[in-house]
Amino acid sequence: MSILVGRDTRLLVQGITGREGAFHAQQMQAYGTNIVAGVTPGKGGQTALDGSVPVFDSCWRAIQETQADTSVIYVPAAGAPDAILEAVGAGIRTIFCITEHIPALDMLRVMPVVEAAGARLIGPNCPGATSPGRAKVGIIPGSIHREGNVGLVSRSGTLTYEVVLALTEAGIGQSTCVGIGGDPVIGSTFIDILELFRDDPETEALVLMGEIGGNAEESAARWKAEHLRDTPMVAFIAGRTAPPGRRMGHAGAIISGGSGSAADKIAALEGAGIRVADAPSEIPRLLMEAGVRPA
Amino acid sequence: MKIQEADAKSLLAAQGLPVPPWAVARTASDARASAERFFASGADKVVIKAQVLVGGRGKAGGVKLASDAAEAEQVATAILGMDISGITVRKVLVAPAADIVREVYLACVLDRGARRVLFMGAAQGGVEIEALAAEDEEAITYIHAHPHLGLLDYQARLLSFELGLEAHLKEAVAIAKGLYATMIANDADLVEVNPLAIVRERGADGSSVELLQCLDAKVTLDDSALHRHPGLEELRDLDEEDPVDIEARQQGISFIRLEGDIGCMVNGAGLAMATMDLVKRAGGQPANFLDIGGGARADKVAAAMRLILADPSVRAILVNIFGGIARGDEVARGLVEARAQQSRSVPMVVRIVGTNAELAAEIMSASGGIELATSLDDAVERAVAASRREPAST
Repeated sequence: MSILVGRDTRLLVQGITGREGAFHAQQMQAYGTNIVAGVTPGKGGQTALDGSVPVFDSCWRAIQETQADTSVIYVPAAGAPDAILEAVGAGIRTIFCITEHIPALDMLRVMPVVEAAGARLIGPNCPGATSPGRAKVGIIPGSIHREGNVGLVSRSGTLTYEVVLALTEAGIGQSTCVGIGGDPVIGSTFIDILELFRDDPETEALVLMGEIGGNAEESAARWKAEHLRDTPMVAFIAGRTAPPGRRMGHAGAIISGGSGSAADKIAALEGAGIRVADAPSEIPRLLMEAGVRPA
Repeated sequence: MKIQEADAKSLLAAQGLPVPPWAVARTASDARASAERFFASGADKVVIKAQVLVGGRGKAGGVKLASDAAEAEQVATAILGMDISGITVRKVLVAPAADIVREVYLACVLDRGARRVLFMGAAQGGVEIEALAAEDEEAITYIHAHPHLGLLDYQARLLSFELGLEAHLKEAVAIAKGLYATMIANDADLVEVNPLAIVRERGADGSSVELLQCLDAKVTLDDSALHRHPGLEELRDLDEEDPVDIEARQQGISFIRLEGDIGCMVNGAGLAMATMDLVKRAGGQPANFLDIGGGARADKVAAAMRLILADPSVRAILVNIFGGIARGDEVARGLVEARAQQSRSVPMVVRIVGTNAELAAEIMSASGGIELATSLDDAVERAVAASRREPAST
C-alpha cells in the first residue's frame, strides 16, 4: 500500500495543455501514473501526450467520460483557486495544487468549500506526491525514488528531492513522499499526512522535513508523541542560520516575535522523541540507527 | 510588502475609518509648513513621526511632539536623516497631537493554522502586542472572522465590549468591520491600529466631545496578490530598498544579502536555507540567500549571477540546483553564459541533479572553468575550500 497516490489512481491533469502541465504530464505518464484525462477550458476534444489522453472542457465531462478520481493542477495562480473549486464541485476528492503565488485570502475562501465536500487538498505551491514504483503526481523527479517503507512528508520542494535522493542512495526505499507546500495557507498539514501514514501498514518509519516559521513542526511533534509513539521518525529543519525577521522566499519561512525559530522546533521534535538531523545526508544513518534496514 | 504608516492610513481612510489629518514631509521646512497649517486649524501641539518600515521608532527617538512651528522644524531636522535599525529616515509624518483619553489595540491578521482572518484586541493599547501577549495572554481577545461572511456584527460588538468601548459601540463596530474591509479590499496579511484611541476634541460649540480615532496604522500586503491591485505597487517604498533588492524582485528571485563571502544560488527556499545551514556547518559564511524560483531559465540564472557578483566580498560561488520544474540543462546554459560575461573571476562550484542533469553536466564540462560537485555535501566542502584560496592573479 501507499498513501494518496498509487496504482489505482485515475489522474486528471488540469492545465494539461500549458507549458508546465504538458511537460510534467509527460513525466508522470512515463513514470507509470495512470493519466486518464486532461482539462483545459476551450480545448475539449483535443488530445494530449501523443494522443493517449483526451482533453475535456470541464472536470465534469472528464469525470463522466473517464472516472478520474484524483486531480493535479498546473493552472496559473489567477485561475488556480477556481480550478480547485471546479475539481471539488465535480466530485474529485484528492486534489494536488502545484501552482505557486496564489493569494492567501483566495485560499481562505476556497478551503471551507474543500472541507465541506470532504475533499483533500494538497498544496498549493507543493511538489505533489510519489508512491515509488506505483505513481507520481506533481513535479518530483521520478528517478530519485526507490520502493520501500519509509514515509516522507515535507514543507519544501527541492529540499524534499535532496532527502529522497539521500535515502535512495543509502538503499532506503519510500512508501510515499508528500510535499505539503510552503504557503501560509495550505490544504493539508503535517498531521493530516501523518494520520494517513499511521493507517498505512506498509509505512514503517517516517521522515519529516520542516523549516523555520509558523508552528506546524511543533504541532506535528506533539501529535507524533501521542499517536505514533512506536514509529521511528527522523526530522530536519531548514533555516537554522537564517537571520530573524527576514522572509526567506517561502511566505512561511520567516521567524518573527521569537516563535518559529529552528531552535524551538528542534527542541519540540527532540522532546517528542524524534531525532533531528544536522544535514540531509545524515537522515539515512539516523533512520538506520532507529532500526530501518536498507534494501 | 510593508508600507509606510501614512499609506496605511490612506487605505484605512478609503474604507471610511476615522483617521485624523496628516501630512508627509521630506524636508524640515515642509514639516514646518504642515505644522503651521495644523496650528492654524486649532492644534495645540503636533506630533512628528519618522516614516520607516522597521519597528521601534518611538524608542529610537523617531516620534516627538512640537508646540509651535519653529519647534516642529527643529524636531523634523533631528528626525530626518536619523538612523533607525540601519534605515535612514527620509520622511516624517506630521499630524495634530491628539488629546488621548484612552488607548486600545485592534488588529486583524492572517491566521495560517486556523485558515481564518484573526482579530486581536486588547483594552491596553500603545504597547507592542507581542510584549503584551508574553506578559498576560488573557489581556488579548481573539476572534476569527468567517472566510465567506466576514466579521459578523455580534463579533464586532463582542470585541468592542472586551476593549471597554461600550460608550462608543457604534463607532467601534464600524471600525472593526472597517479593518476587515481594508484587509479584503487590499489583500492584506495584517491591518493593525495601535493605538485606536478615544480622543477628546472640541465640538463646534466649544464643548468637548470624545470620539474614536485610528492614531497609528500598520498594513502589510500579500505579495502574491499585488498584481491585481496595481495602485498598491506604487506604495512600495523604494527609499528603503537596496538597488540589488529591486533588481532581484524584478527578476522574480528571492534574494537577501548576508555578511559572508560564499555566494549561493539555489532553487527552492527550503533547499536554499538548508544549503546556507550546511555552509555554516562546514565553517564557511554564506554571502546571501538566493532562491532562483521554479522553472529557472537561462536568463534568470544570469541575473542571479549578477546579483551575487554585485557583492564585492563574494570569494566563491556555490550553485545547488535540484531539477524538478527547473531543468538542469537550462540552468547550465545560464551559468555558462554568465561565466562568459563575468566581470571578475570567482571560483564557481556547481551541483545539478534531477531533471536533465546529465545534459547539464555535458554543457558545463564543455565550457570549462566550472568545478562540478557530486553531492550537496561535496559542493559545500569545495565552495568553502574555494572561498579560502587566494584569488588567482589575472
